[in-house]
Amino acid sequence: MFSYNLDHLRELEAESIFVLREVAAQFEHPVLLFSGGKDSIVASYLARKAFYPAPIPFTFLHVDTGHNFPETIRFRDEWVKELGAELIVRYVQDSIDKGRVSEESGIHASRNALQTTTLVDAIEELKVDAAIGGARRDEEKSRAKERFFSHRDEFGQWEPRNQRPELWSLFNGHHRKGEHFRIFPLSNWTEIDIWQYIKKENIRVPEIYFSHERDVFVREGNIYAFSDFVQLGKDEHVSRKVIRFRTIGDMTCTGAVESVATNLEDIIREVATSRYTERGSRIDDQRSETSLEDRKRAGYF
Amino acid sequence: MMHSSDIDILRFTTCGSVDDGKSTLIGRMLFDTKSIMEDQLQAVKSASARRGMSGLDLSLITDGLKAEREQGITIDVAYRYFSTNNRKFIISDAPGHIQYTRNMVTGASSSNLALILVDARKGVVEQTCRHAFIASLLRIPHLVLCINKMDLVDYNQDIYQSIVDDFRNFSSRLEVQDVQYIPISALNGDNVVHRSENMPWYQGTTLMYHLEHVHISSDLNQIDCRFPVQYVIRPRSEKFPDYRGYAGRISGGVFRAGDPVMVLPSGFTSRIKSIGLAEKELEEAFAPMSVTMTLEDDIDISRGDMIVRENNVPQSGQDIELMICWFNKRALQSDSRYLLQHTTHEVRCQVKEVRYKMDITTLRRIQQDPALGMNDIGRIRIRTTQPLYYDSYRRNRYTGSVIFIDEQTQETVGAGMII
Ligand SMILES: Nc1nc2c(ncn2[C@@H]2O[C@H](COP(=O)(O)OP(=O)(O)O)[C@@H](O)[C@H]2O)c(=O)[nH]1
Repeated sequence: MFSYNLDHLRELEAESIFVLREVAAQFEHPVLLFSGGKDSIVASYLARKAFYPAPIPFTFLHVDTGHNFPETIRFRDEWVKELGAELIVRYVQDSIDKGRVSEESGIHASRNALQTTTLVDAIEELKVDAAIGGARRDEEKSRAKERFFSHRDEFGQWEPRNQRPELWSLFNGHHRKGEHFRIFPLSNWTEIDIWQYIKKENIRVPEIYFSHERDVFVREGNIYAFSDFVQLGKDEHVSRKVIRFRTIGDMTCTGAVESVATNLEDIIREVATSRYTERGSRIDDQRSETSLEDRKRAGYF
Repeated sequence: MMHSSDIDILRFTTCGSVDDGKSTLIGRMLFDTKSIMEDQLQAVKSASARRGMSGLDLSLITDGLKAEREQGITIDVAYRYFSTNNRKFIISDAPGHIQYTRNMVTGASSSNLALILVDARKGVVEQTCRHAFIASLLRIPHLVLCINKMDLVDYNQDIYQSIVDDFRNFSSRLEVQDVQYIPISALNGDNVVHRSENMPWYQGTTLMYHLEHVHISSDLNQIDCRFPVQYVIRPRSEKFPDYRGYAGRISGGVFRAGDPVMVLPSGFTSRIKSIGLAEKELEEAFAPMSVTMTLEDDIDISRGDMIVRENNVPQSGQDIELMICWFNKRALQSDSRYLLQHTTHEVRCQVKEVRYKMDITTLRRIQQDPALGMNDIGRIRIRTTQPLYYDSYRRNRYTGSVIFIDEQTQETVGAGMII
């Protein structure tokens, strides 16, 4: 008998689309957290497929640290327009001006952690009951325990011990007023799955994922883009290198890798043979062994 | 690590008692398939050193959240990923504690295969029986019993054989179709990814070979056509003024454009006009694909309805018998009321009778104690406010499963499998 079998990308796609449709069916004010990085691009691409030919039933929300790669913001605006989505931006700067958070100082200053407050405030302001994110379980050990539907209390906090069991494909989105869910449709994707899918579907991504020359500096063995937002240490200096980014986040804490990968095939080959994880060069995760977990508990992405 | 994009996915769950070597085994699989990155390895090395170890403690690779690091145990289901040239693997790593039946059930619900560990020195213990019972209850199609720590019993064949015999004896009372027995040493790597030279008497495959080759394409029901409608797509746009698409994930069978279909509960019939995803039209679609379907006729269809073939309809009714795993501190009792989620359909139900509770170590039925507490498994009868359209869980895991939701706390309190 002929056997019906899906390859891994189609199975992952089917699962993610199921999750996205469940969100549209179960929640009143869902948003899609859009950063302009490859994972949120894939999440929004899948959302388009899930509801075609109707528009995506989620507003896009970007929490802007103000320290972005200009290429990402340009890409974000084009992409949102292409998809016909509505974009809401909330600025960390506004949270600072309102005195909700205070800017870090010193050479390690980053606005990455401050995003949490801006995000949780936006969720409250916009009465969001489901915030879809592109996080994957393979990224980091505390993410490995995330559910597809991850419950947050009224303070936006995550309690890893008190999560709802998720069985079969039955997702329970019931919640009390003020509580919300973080939804992770890409939970089961790995970095290489994402790139293989981008290639298979011919999805556009910001050019800084590909090899290019840039002014950089080296800190604790990692390469960072030089920009107005960083302050160099005594022994640090700017040099020019051929690099690319494996993840896109805040400019001050997203590390680059030296790479000559100029197209998707090169990237897939590079990721497949890489001996380092993509988060290995993010300062924000290196602060302590449990730093992502601590931030997640507080309401981070 | 793999490059190929033409591979399939095997989902498996790992279970064992504390200290049987589950974390070490997962660490070993990841390490020997070169799935551990340099920066993760460094972190494990420094954590091993802090614990006063000279070498690499592979069990620390799968070490999860802070709370469990403090206690030194896994407390919740964690997922791990790796791939080889043949397959992508998703491991749901369920902890071994008795009180965490819930986690194993969760991990088992989406698995193709369960990997059960026993310590060769201890043999088949109570926990082994619990795990095997849950695997069979959740109908995981494939089971692997890993007899671990063979290095501590001199790689002795008789010890292996007597454990195999014990397990066979127990599992003959369960419904498991496919069981493999593999003697391993997770610590040294024997028969995990690489063939052991210490056990020439073992003729079978390594664990990894088995995981890479076990036949899973018939794990899903490809016979009974079931399409629970998840969402109705109505653009009402200039370009698509009258479009009505039914979005969902196929739970069973194969649907083709042109097929005559029936919609439940209304009973209206029509034909499939198109089936596909976004701009891409398909000739046929099968489980577990997510698709959008349009029909020839305009019928009123909403979320929770089910599209099936006229000549093969699911069972229907309001009185349902189920096996249930209970996850909540507040016991399930006769007369309790809950919300019930079944496919994309939600109804209320009342528990009419708790028929028995299962002693999952002895497989005895306990009839005199009619409440099901946290982590209990039993058989119940419920009545729903509206009819459900369902298959027995044995026939279809997706149209035969339900979750119970407490209306007050909104929590998921139980998982049911329709008999
Ligand atoms: N000798 C030997 N020790 C093992 C083996 N597998 C695991 N261990 C040890 O058994 C202990 C418990 O292992 P661990 O993986 O933490 O068990 P878990 O609680 O099931 O995750 C550790 O000290 C391991 O080093 C094995 O195959 N042989």
